[in-house]
Amino acid sequence: MANDKSLIEILKSRGVSRRAFLKFCTTTASMMALPPSMVPAIASAMENARRPSVIWLSFQECTGCTESLTRSHTPTVEGLIFDAISLDYHHTLQAASGDAAEHAREEAMKENYGSYLLVVDGSIPLDNPGYSTIAGISNLDMLKETAKGAAAIISVGSCAAFGGLPHANPNPTGAASVADIIKDKPIINVPGCPPIPVVITGVFLHYLTLGTIPELDGLGRPKAFYGQNIHDRCYRRPFYERGQFAETFDDEGARAGWCLYKLGCKGPITYNACATMKWNQGTSFPIESGHGCLGCSEPRFWDMGGFYTALSEPTLDVTRAVGVAAAVGAGAGLAVGAVNQIKKKRAQSNHETVSVDDYKEDA
Amino acid sequence: MTFPVEVTGEPWTGNVQPLLHEIYYALQRLLETGEITVIDLRALPLAPGEEEKIEQKLGQGEVRARIEALGPSEILETGIAGVWLVTHYNTEEEILGRYIEICRIPAILESQDQDIEYGLDEMEALLETR
Repeated sequence: MANDKSLIEILKSRGVSRRAFLKFCTTTASMMALPPSMVPAIASAMENARRPSVIWLSFQECTGCTESLTRSHTPTVEGLIFDAISLDYHHTLQAASGDAAEHAREEAMKENYGSYLLVVDGSIPLDNPGYSTIAGISNLDMLKETAKGAAAIISVGSCAAFGGLPHANPNPTGAASVADIIKDKPIINVPGCPPIPVVITGVFLHYLTLGTIPELDGLGRPKAFYGQNIHDRCYRRPFYERGQFAETFDDEGARAGWCLYKLGCKGPITYNACATMKWNQGTSFPIESGHGCLGCSEPRFWDMGGFYTALSEPTLDVTRAVGVAAAVGAGAGLAVGAVNQIKKKRAQSNHETVSVDDYKEDA
Repeated sequence: MTFPVEVTGEPWTGNVQPLLHEIYYALQRLLETGEITVIDLRALPLAPGEEEKIEQKLGQGEVRARIEALGPSEILETGIAGVWLVTHYNTEEEILGRYIEICRIPAILESQDQDIEYGLDEMEALLETR
């Protein structure tokens, strides 16, 4: 449960020096995407910060967001759980199960009513409550019940923030986001599939240190992390300006690290911190590894017309595409598909270049 | 893993030169007004190899210090006096943050008042036991 000790008192009791505390504040500022000049303010706020109780609910999700958080290195997840927050309920990370687990949630809610932080990952099925339940409680009921006493809600991942993959056309479970259901609480959306680990901890630490909701954009995302788009911060941007594009994943342009726009990169319409904060302890991000951005922190990213379709190409949604295919004639479609299959197989056997267009035409 | 691309000619983002200019003007301000500037290298879009390019251009100076506090920290004075490169690591020696500090001495190197107060208590206890 949350205790009355401030973070600085906890650190002091563990023999952490003031110098180490300053280092912690410096890296925290960096993680919160705040300028280094904010370090004294963070240090001062942290001296009085109390550990908030956190209840984490997982609904229609793949556990990728929790995986992402546990890969966070700044601070370590152990440090975050035991020093900065009091994680009172989390399906995946807690040892308790069944009634004992649900009891822990109820107790945390009762003891910290009005002040606990609710974290949600996963979307909520609205069609049939039976699609996803926990201890026999539907996701919808559990969300409504737990949200009542929350000071604020953090929707972690694109599923909780926008419906995500479960919401993809034709949305078989009637998946909805937290913000579609809860209307009377402050909600911070931290989208991504999954979100960058340090962005998750950065949002936690912002709430912990400053006690406020960070400034949000029109989609409820913290501007500090989602204020700029990938394209503007991408190190391959100069190639875009020069009109130098990779046309296939194995051509000369791809090998030279040219812009991936024509291979479907969604960087120009995606707002996230991947290009600067990067992944895997700051090693790289998808574009640096040779693949375009999927746009995973944007609403309906799964239905944006195909991961390998360039943004400038007209896209057809599934229903319209079916209509067009019917008008043209199913026979013609099958013939094109067969030709593409032959082309692809021949290319594979001869180790020829297969362009992404071959796959697109085939789809 | 970073996709292996050949870095030829000038760096890609073009951010190296503006950053060096920023350091130049920050150094001027330090001398004239004592103003300290800290640049967070993680907040800038830099292509693979560009950070090394900046380090290379600034060179190595006379001071090299290591701190052990919640993991190691490395503090290097670059070849330009007053321009420091500070790298913080966690206990697993993974980089937490990298900063260019334009100052006379980075604050993290100074003994902190609170720690000095504890030091005084310890000294008193030490003297009493003798």
